[in-house]
This record gives sequence, C-alpha cells and structure tokens, in this order.
Amino acid sequence: MANYIIEGDTGPWELVIGLEVHAQVTSNAKLFSGAATSFGAEPNAQVSLVDAAMPGMLPVVNGECVKQAVRTGLALGAEIHRWSRFDRKNYFYADLPQGYQISQLYHPIVGEGALEVQADEKNPDSAVRSIGIERIHLEQDAGKLIHDQHPTMSYVDLNRSGVALMEIVSKPDMRSPEEAGAYVKKLRSILRYVGSCDGNMEEGSMRADVNVSVRKANAPFGTRCEIKNVNSVRFIQAAIEYEARRQIEVLEGGGAIVQETRLFDPDRGETRSLRSKEDAHDYRYFPDPDLLPIELSDEFLSECRDSLPELPDAKRARYAGLGVSAYNAAVLTAEVETARYFDAALDALARPELANDAANWVVAELFGALNRIGANVEASPVAPAQAASLLRLVADGTLSKTLAKQVAEVMFETGGDPEKIVEERGLRQTSDTGAIEAVIAQVLAANETKVAEYRGGKDKLFGFFVGQTMKAMAGKGNPAVVNELLKKALG
Amino acid sequence: MAGAELTDLTVAGIRDGFRRGDFSAREVAEAFVAAVDGADALNAFLVKTPDHALAAADAADRARSEGAPPPLSGVPIGIKDLFATQGVPTTAGSRILEGFVPPYESSVTARLFAAGAGMLGKLNMDQFAMGSSNETSAYGDVLSPWRRGDGGNAPLTPGGSSGGSAAAVAARLAPGVTGTDTGGSIRQPAAFVGITGLKPTYGRCSRWGIVAFASSLDQAGPMAQDVRDCAILLEAMSGFDPKDSTSLDAPVPAWEASMSGDLRSKRVGIPAEYRMDGMPAEIERLWEQGKAWLRDAGAEIVDVSLPHTKYALPTYYIIAPAEASSNLARYDGVRYGLRVTPGQGGLADMYAETRAAGFGDEVKRRIMIGTYVLSAGFYDAYFRKAQQVRALIARDFEQAWEKCDVLLTPTAPSAAFALGEKSADPIAMYLNDVFTVPSSLAGLPAISVPAGLDGQGLPLGLQVIGRALDEQGVIDAGLAIEERAGFAAKPEKWW
Amino acid sequence: MSVDLAQVKKIATLARIAVSDRQAEALVPELNNILHWVEQLNEVDTEGVAPLEAVVPNRTRLREDAVTDGGIRDAVLANAPAAEHGFFAVPKVIE
Repeated sequence: MANYIIEGDTGPWELVIGLEVHAQVTSNAKLFSGAATSFGAEPNAQVSLVDAAMPGMLPVVNGECVKQAVRTGLALGAEIHRWSRFDRKNYFYADLPQGYQISQLYHPIVGEGALEVQADEKNPDSAVRSIGIERIHLEQDAGKLIHDQHPTMSYVDLNRSGVALMEIVSKPDMRSPEEAGAYVKKLRSILRYVGSCDGNMEEGSMRADVNVSVRKANAPFGTRCEIKNVNSVRFIQAAIEYEARRQIEVLEGGGAIVQETRLFDPDRGETRSLRSKEDAHDYRYFPDPDLLPIELSDEFLSECRDSLPELPDAKRARYAGLGVSAYNAAVLTAEVETARYFDAALDALARPELANDAANWVVAELFGALNRIGANVEASPVAPAQAASLLRLVADGTLSKTLAKQVAEVMFETGGDPEKIVEERGLRQTSDTGAIEAVIAQVLAANETKVAEYRGGKDKLFGFFVGQTMKAMAGKGNPAVVNELLKKALG
Repeated sequence: MAGAELTDLTVAGIRDGFRRGDFSAREVAEAFVAAVDGADALNAFLVKTPDHALAAADAADRARSEGAPPPLSGVPIGIKDLFATQGVPTTAGSRILEGFVPPYESSVTARLFAAGAGMLGKLNMDQFAMGSSNETSAYGDVLSPWRRGDGGNAPLTPGGSSGGSAAAVAARLAPGVTGTDTGGSIRQPAAFVGITGLKPTYGRCSRWGIVAFASSLDQAGPMAQDVRDCAILLEAMSGFDPKDSTSLDAPVPAWEASMSGDLRSKRVGIPAEYRMDGMPAEIERLWEQGKAWLRDAGAEIVDVSLPHTKYALPTYYIIAPAEASSNLARYDGVRYGLRVTPGQGGLADMYAETRAAGFGDEVKRRIMIGTYVLSAGFYDAYFRKAQQVRALIARDFEQAWEKCDVLLTPTAPSAAFALGEKSADPIAMYLNDVFTVPSSLAGLPAISVPAGLDGQGLPLGLQVIGRALDEQGVIDAGLAIEERAGFAAKPEKWW
Repeated sequence: MSVDLAQVKKIATLARIAVSDRQAEALVPELNNILHWVEQLNEVDTEGVAPLEAVVPNRTRLREDAVTDGGIRDAVLANAPAAEHGFFAVPKVIE
C-alpha cells in the first residue's frame, strides 16, 4: 500500500491525500437549539426560531455534543483542548440562515491525534500506518436546498440547519485510494464504537472533503484540489483515483494545477470544477460574541473518559490473547454490533479456552445464516447466550459438529434454545460403544467386498466406513468413538 | 385625577397611587393612550398598541381587586422597536424588516409584561440602533419635545439610538420605556431630553429577542423620569435567562428598596482623560457642580486616570461594525422581511438588491466597514488590535476601581443638536458617544441623570459609571445627584 | 491602509449589498475617513496583550440534550416572502 504509484509518461507519481470528514454528532437535539435531529422528518418540522435565524435569536451549546467531540478525541488518542471557542464563518447561501456558520477555527476542541490504519485489516501481515489527525472541531450543519420541485424556484428545508457536526481533519498522510478508504472505514468504526456518530453514510451522517495532490518521489507537496462532500468509501476512492490521474495529465501536459474546489460526479466517475461559486470566498472568521469560551473541567473530562467503551484495536488484541485467529479478530471487531454480540457470547460461555471455537462459529455459521436470511447481527434469531449454550454442548461432547450444525439450523428457524432442540429431536450424540459396535457390524456385513479391499491395503476406504456408520446412526455417533471402534473392527 | 396629571406621574407614582386606589389602571392607560395619540408630530411611536396597554390595565384592575397585583401593575410603558414583540410588528427602524411580525416575545418584554406592565406601542429608533440622533430610522426622524430658548424652533434631535424612547418619556407619553445601549444609546438620548437612563452590566438583561446590533456590547435598560423609576424597571427587566449564553446567572438585587443618596464612605473617581479639548464650558461647569453635589452627599472625590480613553471610540467603531456585519447577514430576504427580486436575477442578485434597498446608508456604511476589518489580511490589523485595546480599556477601569467606587463624567459632549446638523459627517456624529463608549466596551453599568440646562435651556446630563454588577452604586450616586440637582424642567408642549 | 474603488466593490460583493458605480465612488472617501480615524489604534502598544474574550466574567453553561423546540413550522414560515409546500422558496439556485 505504501508503494502505490501511478505511472505517468514522465515516470512514477505519488499521491498525497488528506481528508476532512464531517460526522454528524449523535445527539437528540441540535448543537445550539432544542430542535430534534432525527432523519426524515417533514420539511421544516424540526426547526426552531434559532435555526431559522429569526432576529434576536441566540445560540446555547448542547453539552452532549461537546461531550461526544471530547469522547471522539479521546478515542483517537488526541489532545483535548480544555479551552476552546466558537468562531463565525461568514458567507451567504440560502441554506445558511444566519449568514454564518458557527464553527471553530482558532481554538478547536480537539487537537492532534492519530489513527492506525491497516490496508487489509483481515490480513494481519499487511502494513500498518499511522495517519495523523490534525484536529476535530464542532460546527453547525447547513440546511438543504431542493431544486427539482419547481421550474424557477429552489426550496429550502432547514431541518438539518444547526445539527452538530464534528469535522475530523487528517494530516496529508495518506498515499493511496485504498489507504484513504481504510482510514474512513476505521474512523467510522471508531465513531460507531464510541457512539458519537452513527456512521450512516447514505443518510449523510458521514461525508468527506477529499484533498488530493500528486508529486514525484521525494518532491515537495504539489498543489491540491479539494473534492467536496463525497459520501461513500467507494466514491472517495474513485474520486481520488480520477483526480490523481487528471492532475498527472495536466502536469505532464505542461499545465499547472489550480487550487480549487471540485465536485465528484458518481454517475460519470469524474470530478469537475466548482469554481463558478467560489469567486469571492473570504469567510471573515471571528470569535462568536454570542457564545462564551468552553472550559472543560477535570470532572467533565473524566466523565468522558469513563464512558468510553473498549475500542477496536484493544478488542482485537484481547481476542488475539484468547487465541482467536487474527482474521477472526479483525472480522469480529470491524463493526461494533458484531463485537458486542461476540463479547456477550463469550460472557455467557464463561470458558475463555473456547474463544476461538466461538469466533469460528460466529464468523462461519452465524454470519452465513444471517446472510441467508438477510438480517444483521442485532436482529439475529440466535441470541448470544443461546450461541454459548450450543458451543458448550459441542465442547462437552453432547453434540458433534455435524449435529451442532443441525441444531443451529433449527435455532435460526425457531429461535429456540439448543438444549431443548436436542431433547425434543433426540439429537444427542452417542458414545455408547455397544450401540456403535452393533451398527459397525451391520455396515461391515453389508459391504464385504469393500472390507476386503480395505484389508488388502486400500486405506482410503476408511472414510467410507465412517460415513456409512454415521449415516446409519443419523449422525449421532460420536466421531471419535466411531473412528476408534471402526479401526478396531477393521483391524 | 385629570389625564395630564396622570401622565405627569412617575412609574413609582403610578404604581403607588394605583395600589392606594387613587385611580384605576384603566384611567392611567387611557390617559397615556390619549397622550400618545396626540403626539404624532414627534414621530416617537412606530406602532401604537392601545389594546395591549388597556388589556394590561384591566388585568391590573382585576388583580388589585383580588389583592395581589404584580409589581408593575397599572404601569403602561413604551418599547423600543428593537425588542421583538409577539404579534406586533418589529422593524428595528429598518425597511428591511418591514412587515415582520415576530411569533415570539423578547425575554425582557416578557418579563415586563409578566410583571403587569402594558405596552403603549413600539418606539422609533435609529435603524438597527446605529446612530446617535435618530436620523437613521427608515421611518422618519423623531423630534425632540425640547426646543432651544432662542425662539428659532429648529427641530432638535432627541439623541439616539433610543430616540423615540427618550422623546416619549420627556413628552410624558409614557412614564417609562425600554431602551438599548450599545455605545451610549440609552444614556446620550436620556441626557438630551432631560430624563434618566440606566445601562446595566453586560449580561444583566437577556438579549434573547432583541434584534442584535453588536452582540458583545448590546444591553437593554430602562429610561424614565428619575432614578427610582429606572431601578424599578430594571428590577423587572433583569434576571438570568438560559436562552442567552452571555446572560449572568446572578440574583437580581432589590435596587429600589436599597436605594440611598447617602454616599459617606464612597469614593467618586474623576477620570482626567474625560476632560477633552473643545469641551463646552457649560459641560465643564456641570461636571464641577456634580463633584460638589457628590461631595455634599458624603463622597470623597478622587482623581483617577483611564489612559486609553481616547482610543475607545476607534475601538468601538471597529468592533461594533464587525459584529454588526455578521449579525445583519441574516437579513437576506429569504425567511422574513423585505425581498427584492430583480427580473432575471438569481439568488445572489436577490441578496444584493434586497440588502441595498432594505438597509439605510449608515447601516450599509457600518456593514462595509465591518466586512473590511474582518476580511482576509486585515483581521489582525483591525479587529484583533481593537480587541486588544479593548482589553486595555477594561484594565484601565479595573485599575481605577482600586482608587474609587464609581466614576463621574459628563454623559455627552454637548446638548442636543439640531436635526441635520451632524448627519453629513459620520465621525462628528460618532464623537457624541465619546463619554459613553468606554464603559460599554468594558460592560460596566452606567446611568445618565439630568443635572441642569445649558444656555439655550436644553438639558444636560451627568453620567455615573460603576463596577460590574454594582448597579446599586450607580443608582445611589445617581440619586445623590438627582436629589441635589432638583431638575424639574420639562419641555413646553408644542406638538 | 486605504481602500480603492475596486476594494469597495469587493467589500460590497462580500457583504451582498448592491452598489452603483456612483455609490461606490462616494463610499471610497467615506470609508477611508473612517478607516484612517480608527487607525489611531496603531499608536497603542498592544505587544503581549490578550484580546478581550468575555466582557464580564462568565462561564459557559452547557445545555441538556433534550428536544425542547421545533414542530413550529407555521411560525417559522409565517413571515416568509415566499413559502410553498412547507419550504421557504427562493429564486432557483444553479449549483
């Protein structure tokens, strides 16, 4: 990943990428007003007089949003600024009722941190790189313009106006589209663990401004372009790829890159200039005189710290310590819901030595079944405690792996407890040597020719006898015992 | 009691007379409603709301019969048009808010109404409170009820920006009114018309629902005939408001009950830097007289220095326009007020044309200055510099408080001037606020008390500035002046 | 510092105030008078002086995260020069 280069006519080019991720803060009410933040409401139904910037309306900070930003900063190992302040960013647009966005330019609430990113998270050997976080600041979202409802008018919906956003600004540390994608995925995962953003990119809860430039190896940074408002990992990667190639073409054609804002068009897979709108941008930032500086107390900070969950990297390390394979650990920790399920199953199982069996079961059996029924892990018909019971039945020899599969199938269908299913359906594995020997005798008697071939040296036939025996026992024979007795009988 | 006698009463006089049963609240309200109706020539009111005043009066009369009238029962007041009043047009004196009817009540007016006061109407003012003569109103000049003694009858300014408020009290159209003060907009007009005006500590009165001019400076306050009335009204207007982040979470003292003109053990500072070149001798004399009065009240007079005084006005004329340029960005023709849409124009043209047509020249001038001083490359040289000087100005006051408890200064460098006299020269107009702006920059409470008349028979005021949150000190010193000045002049009715 | 005609026009554009050429020309000396006047501040030594943060000592209060507002669409739209289907309406914006 570190060696990603694009071969141009003049030689290899390196990419330099920085991301500004806008993440909607999970909160009930807006950053500076008591209006609701939920998605999908009727137009202008979640708008207070403050959000509509009525004359004389004033902002008051929502403490939860401050807390969420601090928790996010802590999760990214970032410096928390105990003194921060809001500034006004002044510009006119129909989706910006105040004529300014309240943001934090001079004194953001969170300073430098870092995010460890692995290009291929499921491959434990793939390179890990640390991507610097420049800052995180709180700001208001704008409203929404709708252009397709009227031939000569645009409509303005202010439901989003004033919703809290965290702008998470990376350093220009990424060098490939994949690395940028991995960064966003990892960031999204952490935000969802922390609970500070739901990470729902389709609903616009997370979107990124992507800064891209290209340079020859070891050259200074080139001029960058900013691709605004890209709203999926796939589009981010596609936009970077396109933009880098465009810039290389311009440079190799003897041109120069103009620093500008561009838009990614997912239908055409290309970026285009937005310069028409950008003629006179001068945001005239200054401290918002309607708001006082935010000073964080020790108490507030420890509250934030104490409320942080175990984060993905720590969880992965813990799972690995329990003997879970690197692959499983990566899969289980990627999404907070999965990790939550797995942790609950581990707790119910209360047998750490079975952690990897449990991991295997979740990754292979549970995910497979959920895929088939199209449910996510939170809606799993098999609760974590039930999964633990099943795993215990296997461990104590009540169920063979094959039987366990059958029981699991019933569990997925009915949501029933495995013990009950085993009882009701008589699926208990048998280790009764007398019963098994009787079945073996029948199997050998019915396959005299094959017995002779086996004894004549065709060892491969052993599996056939196991299969026949298990089949005759409807899968309930303890495989180890069956093997042992078969060997003896064929001896 | 006859109507004219009722309208001569102070807020305290009305309150107490009403409680004693000397008259009904209805009688009072009707007298003032009639006075307002008879004073159109002054152009003090932009909107008359007799129904509001009469309904509050009827409620007061009922409350009195039930025995527990709230504190301002029976007192009709005027409201500066900068306060949003629910269901009553609110324009801030600007064309750009023409037709705007707020669906909400400002916190200050809500408090006043909850205390039993009724509203006679909305008072004319300099557009967005930007002005010192009321000449920037989009709805015409307010005429001072005062006239010079030279028989020339030149129309005079009532001062600004709370010009309508000042004229209404001086002409006895309302016993008390609300004003707002950003750099002197309560105190200077109070001085010009011979009434008392009190700007409290920044944060005492909620700014919620007051059309913003300069957020770090704007404060509401009362204007009335005397110091006691200001104390009464300020008690009703003040108090913590969780909807205003800059509101002070401090108890509201019983200023009226604690009022005392006895200044023994008090030290009154005289800031050397307020003695300006070219200050009229009459002002100088009045200031000396003020010192004598306060000494007579028992205070020790001490000389103090506020070295950065001369930089207060330039500081103010960077910070206030900067904040205003941003605060007034919301007037864009999208959600309320005026909209001008040129024929084929798009959104940007709508903004530019709406704002060109809706804002007056002074407002535009300040928005442009404010835009410039915040713009890329100039922020540090202007805005940041001004905030640094502002810190020094605040520090000057802090150091003065080591030597004294309150400061005594003139309120304004002259008596009221004629309409049109200064409107051509913005800086000459700005200089009106030279004595009031420093305390605004430091957020300090200050009062203007009428103290005498100039050679033309026009009122002059003295200002008392106090420590943050020490409204009581300001009120007490103001009262000591009032008791000794015996100011009883009032304009002869010509309107 | 002084502003020239081009800067005055740029400021007017930033402030979204339409000015005619004649108005812009008149504004040049007006604004320069004010700017030169406020530049008196350059006489003040502010080395090491922190800009004023809060006028009167006060502390930020953090609001509770509760939905206490909204659901007042009619009030929000009541003063709109143009409102349709629950939206504010503005001349078409081409993005």
